[in-house]
Amino acid sequence: MNSKLKIFFKGIVDVSPLMIPVVPFGIIFGVLSIDLGLTPITTMAMSIIIFGGASQIIFLQLFSAGASSLVILSSVGAVNSRHMLYGVVLSDHMSDLKIFWKIIISYFLVDQAFAVSNSYLKKNDNKDRAFHVFGGGATCWIVWQTTTLIGIFLGSIIPEKLGLSFAVPLTFLALLVDDFRKLKNIIVIIVSGLIATLGYQIVPFKAYIIVAAASALFTAMILTKSKELKND
Amino acid sequence: MIEWSLIIYCGLITFFSRFSMIALLKKEMFTDRIREVLSYVPSAIFPAIIFPAIFLNSAGSLELEDNPKIFATIIAMLIGIVSKNVIATIFSGLISYWFFIFVIFN
Repeated sequence: MNSKLKIFFKGIVDVSPLMIPVVPFGIIFGVLSIDLGLTPITTMAMSIIIFGGASQIIFLQLFSAGASSLVILSSVGAVNSRHMLYGVVLSDHMSDLKIFWKIIISYFLVDQAFAVSNSYLKKNDNKDRAFHVFGGGATCWIVWQTTTLIGIFLGSIIPEKLGLSFAVPLTFLALLVDDFRKLKNIIVIIVSGLIATLGYQIVPFKAYIIVAAASALFTAMILTKSKELKND
Repeated sequence: MIEWSLIIYCGLITFFSRFSMIALLKKEMFTDRIREVLSYVPSAIFPAIIFPAIFLNSAGSLELEDNPKIFATIIAMLIGIVSKNVIATIFSGLISYWFFIFVIFN
């Protein structure tokens, strides 16, 4: 078998266990989007064009709250800033690839694919090793589109009384589970949460997510700086 | 049609956040220091979605008493810390939330 294809399949196999939590997340997105009054086509288009769970949920929340375009775009940009970190790590492994593959793989570079490919890439030096990211990302893409579609159908069936929108904070909480064990992360989490909650009504233009995230990241800078000084 | 152009712009932002660093040649600008701070991005952003969704009611005002979401979140958080499992965290939170709204607070 062609080595690109082989590595691509290896990516599919490696990412599979991480797909389990994506299933409820995708369904919740679809249900919520329909609940908030978006059409099935717009909902599906979001999953295809944006292809990023956190970005899409933030988009829904701010859009339905009537936030301005600028606030929505900057909030989505802030959520996405973590992807730049992935790109930095992966760029060393992709320098030999043609620009076409760089574009394709970038589109599929989601959290789950990065998580499994990061360790694979460190251990392998095959020139086509970046196709592992493609395999993982494409798997995630199929799961995301399918579960969005299921959510769109369920959205009109699930009674509002169930309060399924509560699954949104729970999903993000679940993504932070590892960070609850680290004191610095806990401080950053509390700063962000408090500012967002208290600023929800006060901060103009629904920019509370941006304000909270910027303050919390600034806190992280101070916290990590003090550690750095001690090490020197 | 505003929502369509917004979706496309959000898609472009998402794509370029992934593509920019892969395409960029100058990687030296990404020091260990910046990498370290960026690793805090999830902790800095996700709570800004989580906290208001739990502590605020649909009108946007604080709801600290008899709020089933707070109890359910505490349970989900404890399960999450112990199990380190994403699915267990989400479902323990949802099930305890339903228990509170349909059994206890009903």
